[in-house]
Amino acid sequence: MTTASTRTAARGAVVEVSNLRKSYDDRTVVDGVSFTVEEGEIFGILGPNGAGKTTTVESIEGLRVPDAGRIRVAGLDPVADHAAVTQVLGAQLQESELQAKLTVREALELYAALYPNPADWRPLAERLGLTAHLKTRFGVLSGGQKQRLFIALALIGNPRVVVLDELTTGLDPRARRDTWEIVEDVRARGVTVLLVTHFMEEAQRLCDRIALIDKGRITALDTPRGLISRTAGSTVISFTPSAPLDEEELAALPALASAEYKDDRITLGGTDDTVTALLSLLARHRITAHQLRVTDATLDDAFLDLTGAA
Amino acid sequence: MTTTATVPAATPRGTASPFAAVLRTEARLFRREPGILFWTLGFPPVLLVILGSIPSFRKVDAGLGGLRLIDLYVPILVLVALIVTGLQTMPPVITGYRERGILRRMSATPVRPSALLIAQMGLNGATALVSALVCLTIGRLAFDVKLPQQAFGYALALLLTAAVALAIGALVTALAGTAKVASAIGSAVFFPSMFCAGVWLPVQNMPDVLRHIVEATPFGAAARALGQAAAGDWPAWSHLGVLAAWAIVLSAAAIRWFRWE
Repeated sequence: MTTASTRTAARGAVVEVSNLRKSYDDRTVVDGVSFTVEEGEIFGILGPNGAGKTTTVESIEGLRVPDAGRIRVAGLDPVADHAAVTQVLGAQLQESELQAKLTVREALELYAALYPNPADWRPLAERLGLTAHLKTRFGVLSGGQKQRLFIALALIGNPRVVVLDELTTGLDPRARRDTWEIVEDVRARGVTVLLVTHFMEEAQRLCDRIALIDKGRITALDTPRGLISRTAGSTVISFTPSAPLDEEELAALPALASAEYKDDRITLGGTDDTVTALLSLLARHRITAHQLRVTDATLDDAFLDLTGAA
Repeated sequence: MTTTATVPAATPRGTASPFAAVLRTEARLFRREPGILFWTLGFPPVLLVILGSIPSFRKVDAGLGGLRLIDLYVPILVLVALIVTGLQTMPPVITGYRERGILRRMSATPVRPSALLIAQMGLNGATALVSALVCLTIGRLAFDVKLPQQAFGYALALLLTAAVALAIGALVTALAGTAKVASAIGSAVFFPSMFCAGVWLPVQNMPDVLRHIVEATPFGAAARALGQAAAGDWPAWSHLGVLAAWAIVLSAAAIRWFRWE
């Protein structure tokens, strides 16, 4: 593993993907994806179902052989140096299970034995709240418990990077929030996290940077805040004016991205400048804005904006 | 390695090798399946005891060259043990491992998923051989059936047959997409295999044409080879050759068509 560290090309980059391409039969699933994950960050891969997220991370894990492109994990090629990569990179796979009659403890012991330099599974189980379930068989664990066990198994080889693929799909809101805390805890301990998700809220809450993937291509790569501010109407203003307003005057507001009139209510999309200009316009006409609401657009809006346009 | 320093201190290295850990786990899981244990270890001896309890099976028959039916059935039930494990027990387990992503999960560790397959084949093969030994012992102690007179030839035929049974199981696993399909194919092949092994009619008592056909099948050849070794003769090379050929062809086919996911 020392060779792995010294061979890392760009200092700080732990996963490098450039021009990754992968097709199944005639269907292109990943079409020229490039990005770099820095050591210690939570990097999100966000996109609709079938966008190529899982194929991308499975190529990083060495479970798929790319048609073209170059991947390095801690300087290693996931296909050629598969055994070495599995020691640097821990994985929680989408839709994988364990033997139904295997207990949590047995699973932890088994997977610890597969690695040359494993973590102690006891504190790991404790951190993930599995201690009370050590004698429980995998088949009767709840969805949240199974996912916590898979996080433990992903961490058991003392990896530098973990890939978490749709970790919270199928979990109830409570279990989802618990899992988010665990992911933050993993990063706080210095492990880089590559998080695949289609939940905006999850990406917005956890990720330092997000690659937005749609139809096999990266459509945007930025911080959550950066992605939101890219959308034309990143600030949404809605109100009911006390007297009619001239639509042309409204249309002339700076940075206005959208305007909608429904019954008496006006909804405008724009930026902070739009808000300031609107307030002075209302003051000039001595019009009161009833039920005035100014909200930030969410990653949801950004996502729809960025993928819808493509 | 600065990053791992923040993770709790590593424990002493695993005491066992990765493969030993996989094998131990699979053995443990194997013991947790009462159905599998019954059909592999219980069913052949039980059937032997039932047949041996029928008085006519214990009568010397001039048409059988002075042997009793029970003498013929001990090698047949040894074969039944191998057929049950190869065709009924192993394929659904391995297919299920593939179907539920267990093989894939193991591919993401330093250990190859083939470790699981090897562990499963080893366990099933060993269980079948134990079952075979139990049948021989019961035959000897309860029904006074002589132990194989040509022990080395018997062991050779038994090992070749075990290889064929596991190869058939592996091929079923390779061709079946799901555990359900694997069970269905296993059952479909199960009864012809039992017939060829001589469960309903010992192979040497079959009409000539049928006998020649059955002797070309893996379990027909195995029945004849085991029968000859039991009687004290070295098994005919033609039977051993048929067994070896099937083992090679079926293994090659299984390897050719096996999918990891």
